[in-house]
Amino acid sequence: MDAVVMGNVDYNKNVMEHFRNPRNMGELEDADAEATVGNPSCGDVMKIMIKVKDDVIVDIKFQTMGCAAAIATSSMATELAKSKTLEEAEKISNKDVSLALGELPPIKEHCSNLAADALRKAIEVYRKKTA
Amino acid sequence: MEMIYLDNAATTRVDDAVALAVNEVFLESYGNASSLHDVGQEAKRHLEGSREKIAAYFGCEPKEITFTSGGTESNNLAIRGLAKANPEKKHIVTSVIEHPCVLDTCKDLESEGYEVDYLKVDEQGIVSLDEVREKVRDDTLVVSVMHVNNEIGTLQPVEEIGIICRKKGVYFHTDNVQGFLKEDLALASIDLMSISGHKVQAPKGVGILYIRNGVKIKPILTGGGQENNLRSGTENVPGAVGLAAAIDVDFKIDEVRYSRDKIIEGLMKISGTRINGSLTHRVYNNINVSFYGIEGEALMLMLNEMGIFVSTGSACASTKLKESYVLKALDVDEMYIHGSIRLSLGVDVIGKEDYIVGKVSEAVEKLREMSPFKLPLEELGVGGSELGEGKIKGVAREVEDE
Repeated sequence: MDAVVMGNVDYNKNVMEHFRNPRNMGELEDADAEATVGNPSCGDVMKIMIKVKDDVIVDIKFQTMGCAAAIATSSMATELAKSKTLEEAEKISNKDVSLALGELPPIKEHCSNLAADALRKAIEVYRKKTA
Repeated sequence: MEMIYLDNAATTRVDDAVALAVNEVFLESYGNASSLHDVGQEAKRHLEGSREKIAAYFGCEPKEITFTSGGTESNNLAIRGLAKANPEKKHIVTSVIEHPCVLDTCKDLESEGYEVDYLKVDEQGIVSLDEVREKVRDDTLVVSVMHVNNEIGTLQPVEEIGIICRKKGVYFHTDNVQGFLKEDLALASIDLMSISGHKVQAPKGVGILYIRNGVKIKPILTGGGQENNLRSGTENVPGAVGLAAAIDVDFKIDEVRYSRDKIIEGLMKISGTRINGSLTHRVYNNINVSFYGIEGEALMLMLNEMGIFVSTGSACASTKLKESYVLKALDVDEMYIHGSIRLSLGVDVIGKEDYIVGKVSEAVEKLREMSPFKLPLEELGVGGSELGEGKIKGVAREVEDE
């Protein structure tokens, strides 16, 4: 099965793979910073937790309530950010995440692709804490 | 992998005997029922025989049955057809939980100057007869309230609504797409009723509008004047034969109802669970269930991977990206609205109740592991095996009552 089609929403293999086997999912016990974006009334909420050493993201985890796209983008965003410097990581955009997944259904781009926002927010929190 | 189809409110597999009957018409009685030669008249006999069988089922006259292309067309013909024939009446009453083909038809008429009142529903998903009495006016064209809701399966008191309307001299229409052959309905107080074939193991593309003798209505499709001038277009004889044949299908209603209750009981053991809509006034095969802290589309997809096919009315699955207006009308908490799925059962569910509950529990657990929302059960005072008894707005208590 190449794509799962639901109404006008279909997911490619890569999205489904990240939905089935999300990377970096769970809680980060000794996180240096965390941030949550989204709104339960929209159905998508993402929480990103980071551990930072010498300005490098040495560990990252996410927890997401949301549709398959929300879970897959969270998974991909954490993959992209892992081992990056804070400066590199904060340049990751929502578009980068969806491109890395090989495109999301257009209807999912806005509401479900928020992980990069959460990542940037977590970095901001970390900087404020350590400033 | 075992496959279990739990989306019978979306559509059904055509019954074997129905398929054979339809196929015979396709191959042997293919004439145009309006043709005067023998081939056409053979098709006409099938069409009229089907009409008579359906009329006998309802205890009405055959000429009160108009074949259409399905529920959407029947609902459009009912409301728009009445509007055309009774232009002096510019007020419509319907409910907030109608199917979009009724709601959007009403909205369309609003844009043409009609005034529409939308009946509210209570937390159990039922309209109030008092509100019907309040809303009906001298210039009311029609009251349209569905018999069985497609999302939550709740039964509306349509016979009583019909009586109120009859007393006031107002037409009453009911969308019975989800109730036909499933839940009894007496036509005595009903003026118009919509039915669809594909919800009852007949083919897609055929439906009925029952129109009581004497109702003033005009066609919305013009052309050859078929169906007593009410619905132009070549008669769908195979469809009509299929719809009539579905009357003989055994839906095993009592057994499936028992399976449904067993599944509900099992699901209620999952913490943070909510059954949406009344359990006592509910179609025999519907389960609409919400799980706190997860999202319905993800749950649907995960169950899909497990070979269990359900549907979701949640935001992310629809192209409109809106939360379910039905659950919203029931005042369901938004954390629960997004975590809702609908299971609409068929006969293949019998004996597989534990398997289904097990798979749903497994999927819910997986998604909850991913979710940042942990269960603040004590705060919420809902759900949970130990918290389930009577804590979810009376739902668990109703389970015991059944």
